[in-house]
Amino acid sequence: MSVDELDELEDVEAFRHRAQVWIHQNLPPVGPLNIALGAVLSDEDELASVARDRQLQRMFFDAGLAGICMPREYGGQGLTLAHQEALNEELAGYEYPMRLQVPTFTPCASVLLDFGTDEQKRRHIPAILKGEEIWMQVLSEPSGGSDVAAALTTAVRDGDEWILNGSKVWTTGAWWSDWGLCLARTNWDVPKHRGLTVFMLPIHREGVEVHRIEMLNGNREFCQEYLTDVRVPDGDRIGEVNDGWTVGTRWMFHERMLYNSPLVTVPTGTTRGGDGGASLLDIARDAGRLQDPVARDLIGEARTMDLVDDALRQRISQGIVTGATSDQASAVVRLFGGSVSARRTTIAFELAGGAGAAWTDDDGEAAERGSDFLMRQISCIGGGTTEMARNVISERVLGMPRELSLDRDVAFRDVPRSPSST
Amino acid sequence: MSILRFELSADQEFFRETTDRFLTENAPMAELRRLRDDPVGFRDDYWVRGGDLGWTSVLVSEDLGGGTIGGLGLVDLTLVAHEFGRHAAPGPLAATNVVAATLGEVGTEAQTALLKDLLAGQSIATWCFAEPPPNGGLGAVALDVRLDLEEVVLNGVKRPVESAGQADHLLVTGRTDTGLTQVLVPRATPGISVTPMHTVDLTRRFSVVSFDNVRLPATAVVGEVGQAELQVERQLQRAIVVVNAEAVGAMQAAFDMTVEWAFDRYSFGRPLASYQALKHRFADMKAWLEASHGINDEAAEAVALGSPDAAELVSAAKAFIGQFGGELLQDCVQLHGGIGVTFEHDLHLLLRRHTVNRALYGTPADHRQRLTDLIEQQEHAA
Repeated sequence: MSVDELDELEDVEAFRHRAQVWIHQNLPPVGPLNIALGAVLSDEDELASVARDRQLQRMFFDAGLAGICMPREYGGQGLTLAHQEALNEELAGYEYPMRLQVPTFTPCASVLLDFGTDEQKRRHIPAILKGEEIWMQVLSEPSGGSDVAAALTTAVRDGDEWILNGSKVWTTGAWWSDWGLCLARTNWDVPKHRGLTVFMLPIHREGVEVHRIEMLNGNREFCQEYLTDVRVPDGDRIGEVNDGWTVGTRWMFHERMLYNSPLVTVPTGTTRGGDGGASLLDIARDAGRLQDPVARDLIGEARTMDLVDDALRQRISQGIVTGATSDQASAVVRLFGGSVSARRTTIAFELAGGAGAAWTDDDGEAAERGSDFLMRQISCIGGGTTEMARNVISERVLGMPRELSLDRDVAFRDVPRSPSST
Repeated sequence: MSILRFELSADQEFFRETTDRFLTENAPMAELRRLRDDPVGFRDDYWVRGGDLGWTSVLVSEDLGGGTIGGLGLVDLTLVAHEFGRHAAPGPLAATNVVAATLGEVGTEAQTALLKDLLAGQSIATWCFAEPPPNGGLGAVALDVRLDLEEVVLNGVKRPVESAGQADHLLVTGRTDTGLTQVLVPRATPGISVTPMHTVDLTRRFSVVSFDNVRLPATAVVGEVGQAELQVERQLQRAIVVVNAEAVGAMQAAFDMTVEWAFDRYSFGRPLASYQALKHRFADMKAWLEASHGINDEAAEAVALGSPDAAELVSAAKAFIGQFGGELLQDCVQLHGGIGVTFEHDLHLLLRRHTVNRALYGTPADHRQRLTDLIEQQEHAA
């Protein structure tokens, strides 16, 4: 292939055909997929599933189907959103490396691409594309969920290294991940946004202790880390010292984009509900309610919301890519998607009827819907709460006045952090 | 700011903008208030000038005098319909276009000859589809079409029929013993009676149209006898896309108006827009509004291209825009307070348009049921 041919963008339909042929030859068909948070798997199954995802990612890489919209110099394909969408469409109904999409590709790899040095990108992006590195967000802290800029985890410079101390929480699958993006405080004597720095952190380094959190439904995918004198070389710093909020702002944007990001591969038609991918028809049928007009109204409502959610994702994604709307509009997708998912979970529970309260092994898809319902709000909490999304939409998209903040021009050290500190 | 489709061509933007300008000048809200007692709902020259702007041309092929702007006529039409919604503009936009499209697609030579006046706005045609209870369900058709030698005989009742009092021709969807059959009926044909109905829209006019042994030559049949099912489905999809686009336009205008109000209205020394309790409601409305744009744009494209998922997208759009658009408009009223329920304020004109369109061509609940039927059909096909 000549240099000229290389520089010419592959035609979308030719790309689609290439993807289609490869998918049919290499990937097993699977049922409708679901990427809900909080499914319950045994550790053994979870590790096997992670290993399989790494293997699949490597297959995508070798086939030239990994990192569709990532630059070629870092192992990506250098193609466009249209190519990514074509791949997503062709993947519908086939196995794909689900666990590597979020948070590895977005927000982590996205942030690396935005702010990493050339050396950092060469070191990590190809490894991510090959499934060798799984990343996570070392962001939230026990002391504050939505107020991420109030991080207490501290990094102190020591020659060419930084020493990190503190605790981080809500990291998904930290126990089987490799690297994390970590937001830490590097200056306590300036207002909170101006004293933060972002680091790349290997999860299994000395001084990092990973504890697993049990969720109310038995899920143990979330973790809490305790960082004790963890040493990170200055070369693993992302962005400038004390300029972590510039990085953080893009980080939040990429997080809100989630499955809407052009860097993420997700088969078209993948559901995001909490019902484990069970079809609502199956739930109603197994509950003996398929001919009940009330049940049929609910099924139609859920289908409406799914189709509208997809259409909204496409619209906002296109608006952001073309520059017709600001990046902040990703909060609209986040708010709507979270609300739709919660509603869908309620509908599944409602369709299950009495089996929502108590079920037997013979209840088919009507079983377990009560457990899903208990976890319903996770879609409106994880990845930034819907309340924060509403603030972003009203303030950043509609331009309404910002909420009064008492920590804006105060050295972070002097900001009240509990009733006793006022 | 109102964001329409993101990828409008310069020609499409010009098409949209000329209608916007025309409606601003010729159908201002004050004028709409004056038209509330007018039996027609608009002035004679209004529809003719709209014809010049292309309001009735985009679903008809070029060789029959029509033509698209951007390649997909229905997508072009949503641009006009969106402006109709923003301005709560008068005129039978959906009905006339649906009839024009069908005549262009399956009409006889004599029938397509009528397109010239229809496209020029000199003549109005409307679609007689929905029926009163017990045949009031979405898509239920009981109007009897009987073949009698070289003639067809129509018996039954249609309601609501838009602009029936002004229409020169009625496209009537009926049933022979072999299936759905459509007949193009001059309104002046003996046996037809048109009774005006009450409605919430200030300028739209609806009627009950009764057919009592209405007798026409068999050449009045549009398409094949008993074979109209697919064509009727196409008509329904097109009509819904157009009334949805109007509904979204009304939502957009009401939302913009209410955001402006929130910045200008002060209570307790602060603008309404500074209260988090209200800001969060605006955020929800913004999400519903963008979602409504998104789903109807997708539905319009699918119908225009004849995609297999068109029926599903259309029903999802109708169900969503009807339900959440209704919530949005009522919330706009609530955020305005008392002024929002006065005749003097413009908000109710938009609420009226959305309210009428929500109930035409199937309610949100009708379309939720239809979606479940469609999912079941897909399951059986798989």
